[in-house]
Amino acid sequence: MESRNDGREALVVGVSMTAFARHEDRAVEELGEEAARAALADAGIDAADVEVAFCGHVFQGITAGQRALSRAGIAGAPVINVENACASGSTAFHQAVAAVRGGSAKIALALGLEKMGRGAIPADPGDVRLSARAGVPLMPGMFAEVFRAHSRRYGTTLEQIAMVSVKNRSHAVANPRAHFRAPITVEDVLRARPVADPLTVLMCCPTSSGAAAAVVVSADVARQRCKPIAVAASVLCSDRPGPGDDPLYMIVDINTRAAARAYQQAGIGPDDLDVIELHDCFAIAEVIHYENLGLCPRGEGGKFAAAGASRIGGKVAVSTSGGLLSKGHPLGATGVAQVVEVVEQLRGESGARQVANARVGLTHCQGFGGAAAVHVLTV
Amino acid sequence: MTPPASTPLPVTDFLKIPEGGEPYLEGQKCKACGAVFLGARGVCSKCGARGQIEAVRLSDRGTLYVYSIVHRSFPGVAVPYVSAVVDLEGGGTVKGNLIGIAPDPAKIRMGMPVRVVFRDALGRKDKEGNSYLSYFFEPA
Repeated sequence: MESRNDGREALVVGVSMTAFARHEDRAVEELGEEAARAALADAGIDAADVEVAFCGHVFQGITAGQRALSRAGIAGAPVINVENACASGSTAFHQAVAAVRGGSAKIALALGLEKMGRGAIPADPGDVRLSARAGVPLMPGMFAEVFRAHSRRYGTTLEQIAMVSVKNRSHAVANPRAHFRAPITVEDVLRARPVADPLTVLMCCPTSSGAAAAVVVSADVARQRCKPIAVAASVLCSDRPGPGDDPLYMIVDINTRAAARAYQQAGIGPDDLDVIELHDCFAIAEVIHYENLGLCPRGEGGKFAAAGASRIGGKVAVSTSGGLLSKGHPLGATGVAQVVEVVEQLRGESGARQVANARVGLTHCQGFGGAAAVHVLTV
Repeated sequence: MTPPASTPLPVTDFLKIPEGGEPYLEGQKCKACGAVFLGARGVCSKCGARGQIEAVRLSDRGTLYVYSIVHRSFPGVAVPYVSAVVDLEGGGTVKGNLIGIAPDPAKIRMGMPVRVVFRDALGRKDKEGNSYLSYFFEPA
């Protein structure tokens, strides 16, 4: 059963992120330092008062968190590096919340950072056993098969998922920190370069670099701050062994379980949500996550997107930052950047992409392999 | 350094090469609920039964469930190729490459019958010089 952990509340009082971009001329430590310093400044908290920090990253090497945070003035306090694939940043945030809820810290910092190259995420291209079963470890091919499976079962169309790419780009136009901001049309998406048929490059998220940070504090510390945002649910789920190679299982089971637990913990339902950042690593993933999060019945995610229900001004605003598809996806930074976007929306600080009267927000992140994290944030 | 094995090694644990026999794919079947999985396990991933899993020889016949024509892959991997998920007759869902067909959505039909074939793993060798036997799907 879910509980709010003996009534100890965790609140977010400071957030910040770097722009997501190639950042070819900047070290990952510098990106992490920038995000951490700005989040602490936003919170009005001195770096020396941070009691514990969690740093999510995937490929940044040993103790990347310490390298970045010592530059930001957090020297001496415990720093714990967290790896959970694409959910590494969300896991770091989950751990910061757990530290505050559990009473081991009153001020915790969650940092996510990643510097990435171009092209496919390396699985282990040197491994003959993997590459001979070519396609097995490659994300775009996997999600192309996920699309065809969803399409076979429910009739989801390429045009419907192209509309997700278009919507998220239209949100990114108003987000100066997004990697790609030029408006695109459904035609552009369908005619773009193929990556894994039928998915084109505009249906796949880019590899990006960047960092994001959030300061999580206890209620007594939060009382002295402006506009604290409460963490109403913090859930992390792991994969269960699945039935062979069913492409839909790995994107449905774990995420549906994580969402159900989060709603129970927060005492809310999908109809209560105003703003969502979810794991739209591919356009088809966003459609299936509408269903996993209970925004629409199973199988109707494509129609939900096509009806405009998930754009700003629709039933619930999804991926207001531009999502992974347009804002970018620096693996370890993504989960914390989702928290940054939702906290700013709930504070009413999102400028041209502000969701009117946003009071309840949700973040969802999936690390294949596998972990899924869902957080509910409220004013 | 260990000398290379005299015969090819299996590319995955569920590909079995019996001495003097034909290679085949091995599934794990739950005696309680009948579900078939790939890869050894002690507990059924469907019904949760313990101690009910037995190794079974999977069929070399099946139908194409879904596929993707992959245009971008890791350096050194030739593209395009067809990645496929196949439902085998009698149970078992297996992912692998579909060969012997043009990488063209107009030619590939979901639901089409395929058979499992065993070939050298695209000429690739590991650091010790071992060659590998892989499985592929072909139109039946």
